[in-house]
Amino acid sequence: MKLINYISIIAVPATILIILLYGIFEKKNVFDIFLKGANDGVKMVIKIFPTLVGLFLAIGALSSSGILDFIINIIKPILNIAKIPSEIMPLAILRPISGSGSIAVATDLMKKFGVDSLIGLMVGTIMGSTETTLYTIAVYTSSVNIKKIRFVLFAALTADLTGMIISVAICKTFLKNF
Amino acid sequence: MLNIIWPIFIIISYIYAIFSGRLENVNNAIFEYTKTAVELTITLLGTMCLWNGLMEIASNTKLINRITKILSPLVNFLFPENKNNKKIHNEISMNIVANMLGLGNAATPLGLKAMKSMQENNKNKERLTDDMATFIILNTGSIQIIPTTVISIRMSLGSLQPTKIIFAVWFSTICAAIVGLAVTKICIKLKL
Repeated sequence: MKLINYISIIAVPATILIILLYGIFEKKNVFDIFLKGANDGVKMVIKIFPTLVGLFLAIGALSSSGILDFIINIIKPILNIAKIPSEIMPLAILRPISGSGSIAVATDLMKKFGVDSLIGLMVGTIMGSTETTLYTIAVYTSSVNIKKIRFVLFAALTADLTGMIISVAICKTFLKNF
Repeated sequence: MLNIIWPIFIIISYIYAIFSGRLENVNNAIFEYTKTAVELTITLLGTMCLWNGLMEIASNTKLINRITKILSPLVNFLFPENKNNKKIHNEISMNIVANMLGLGNAATPLGLKAMKSMQENNKNKERLTDDMATFIILNTGSIQIIPTTVISIRMSLGSLQPTKIIFAVWFSTICAAIVGLAVTKICIKLKL
């Protein structure tokens, strides 16, 4: 368990050091290149800001009106079979559909239950291990005018569900007692 | 998609709030949540800059070439139709590397380039080839070394150890990717 914890801690500094050392050894202007990338980062964040405001608005309305609890209570039995806690439900539904939408929901959940709580860790792990499936499929197929996507949606959603179930299970068994 | 979902969310919330007498709650929440969006964006600005900058350095060095070489047996195994096509092979590898480094901005254009090349060899232009389907599945799983966005959010919310989830993320991404690819390969075998 300590080893896993240690790997998690060392992953970030190791990545940073390897990247910097590679850059220096190849005599690249690392700082200039860093600035260029950072600049793109700003653009990305600014670009998703309006989306975030819009979606936070919808999430605020949903959760404060009480309708979310009402819906979750209906779907609860199905989730219990998959062992996904009902608190995570909104994220599980939105994750494959919208990237910024799921960021908004995830942030809200982490705030509500505590970022280092079990639910908070599950939310983080799900966010890190799944993608905006529907968006990806739409972009990749429409870029080459494909009409018949065959089994792709089915396979992708199966993978997403697997990722979510595993995330929940691994947080429950390993991360809880750190 | 959101053009339909978004207004429905807000409208049903208001209708439900009217009947349950929580209209005032909803009014307060809406403005409270826009403030949350601003706070999140400000913290995201810092961390996203940091990671994007570092990843840009990585993609400018030979580190990328080295990883591409390591990946080549995997690419050959996953994309048998394009085994001898070096151009497609490289484009696919670059896309995987960009995904692994969390360079979403770079991964998508590279991926679309690979799709275009594969489409050129596609006999039925309206239908995905086996390799194209596999490639999309690979892109819908997010195989990342450092899940930068989540870590940024965890930092911004004051986590005591923002990187704590990395191991869990690796494990569940790999499981999800294996399941996705296995389902894909089975579907291909069944000629779906």
